[in-house]
Amino acid sequence: MAFLDRTARAFLLTELVQGLALTFRYMFKPAVTTNYPYEKIPMSPRFRGEHALRRYPNGEERCISCKLCEAICPAQAITIEGEVREDGSRRARRYDIDMTKCIYCGFCQEACPVDAIVEGPNFEFATETRAELMYNKQKLLANGDRWEAELAMRIAADAPYR
Amino acid sequence: MLSGLLPPELWRLIVIVLQILVIVVPLLVAVAYLTYAERKVIGAIQLRKGPNVVGPLGLLQPLADGAKLFLKETIFPSGSNKVVFVMAPMLTFTLALIAWAVIPFDEGWVLADINVGMLYLFAISSLGVYGIIMSGWASNSKYAFLGGLRSAAQMVSYEVSMGLVIISVLITTGSLNLSDIVMKQKETVWFVIPHLPMFVIFIVSILAETNRAPFDLAESESELVAGYNVEYSAMTFAMFFLGEYANMILMSGMAVVLFLGGWLPIVDMAPFNWIPGVIWFALKVCAVLFVFLWVRATFPRYRYDQLMRLGWKIFLPFSLIWVVLTSGVLVAFGWLPGQG
Repeated sequence: MAFLDRTARAFLLTELVQGLALTFRYMFKPAVTTNYPYEKIPMSPRFRGEHALRRYPNGEERCISCKLCEAICPAQAITIEGEVREDGSRRARRYDIDMTKCIYCGFCQEACPVDAIVEGPNFEFATETRAELMYNKQKLLANGDRWEAELAMRIAADAPYR
Repeated sequence: MLSGLLPPELWRLIVIVLQILVIVVPLLVAVAYLTYAERKVIGAIQLRKGPNVVGPLGLLQPLADGAKLFLKETIFPSGSNKVVFVMAPMLTFTLALIAWAVIPFDEGWVLADINVGMLYLFAISSLGVYGIIMSGWASNSKYAFLGGLRSAAQMVSYEVSMGLVIISVLITTGSLNLSDIVMKQKETVWFVIPHLPMFVIFIVSILAETNRAPFDLAESESELVAGYNVEYSAMTFAMFFLGEYANMILMSGMAVVLFLGGWLPIVDMAPFNWIPGVIWFALKVCAVLFVFLWVRATFPRYRYDQLMRLGWKIFLPFSLIWVVLTSGVLVAFGWLPGQG
């Protein structure tokens, strides 16, 4: 009897028809697609995107060239050279991030004692050449100036959980 | 008046060329929009949207794809046999087009109303293997070669059962002429009803014959990268693509002529027989093509030995039995065509 049952099922293609019916039903369900360049999904304040170097409100750069980020960076993407300015403050002369090495782990912003290096909300920074992804201090500071409003908001939103 | 200006042979030639264009141009547009339909249908089934950026609803996407393929560089792998390498896609594409000569779109709307139409179609679709095996060999690449071998074995195997399926239709009709096959269905009933199991076998076989999912072993992405067309780029690739899709439409057309009553309306009644036959034909072809896409979105790929088992150990004996059964019934009831 079991043999008959099995043979009948095989020859009447019941399982195939069930599968086809399922996919046919799915065809009329609404798509779950986010229409990306036109629509975007909400983003956590902890999202780790493109890096930025922040400044104090008076315009002085925050980075004190302590090199904690350089030390912790697991991909060794950060290169810093420090200097002591005439007023005796320590600042970075050179601050480079190789964005092709970076793995966006966020350790640099965790390590930073002055909230200077942060990973911002921007993830749309594709370039046409590889060289453009070798960020220097100037580029990072420009990023900081560009995103400062949002960066401050994100840090404030995440502060209660730290 | 105009025909007086040219010698009659030339005039005939011009008319034939125009007729060919009337078939080929809509066919190529259909191929382009079949790729679009495929992406939309599979997208809908997988709860995605499919192409929707180029033009309204993404309707210009096939044109953008075509332009892209046309403008890219054709790369010849070192060590490839260049002549065969270029010939293979051309052969595939040409074979997919010339088969349309015998397909009747409406009563009398057929380029070559030959009496061995079915045999011609069968011969042409068998030749399709050559394009694939040539490309597999000429590419000088192991993936392409394995894909070509698989594809050849697969197409040859399924042609056998397809032939037997066609024979059972032919003995019911008593003619190899495709228009006669449709007219016989008008007199009696669409052959999908008496030959339902054969219709199912035929649909599955044409899936295998055109190397479509779930029988797309020839190009199985997960193991052979892309199979026989790995090394192809730009226009040569586009021709394979066009050939494959034109073949899908051709095989759907064959299924429609053999089983679904060609250009006949669903019921020969007032609102239905106002619609011209060619529209009915197109609608039925679209329905069969939808099955192609639907099946692709539903089933996983067959394993190679399962494919061969299905072809040789199930379809072949089953369709053979059906041929015997059909002939038995036809003889016993005196329905054999020409027996009168």
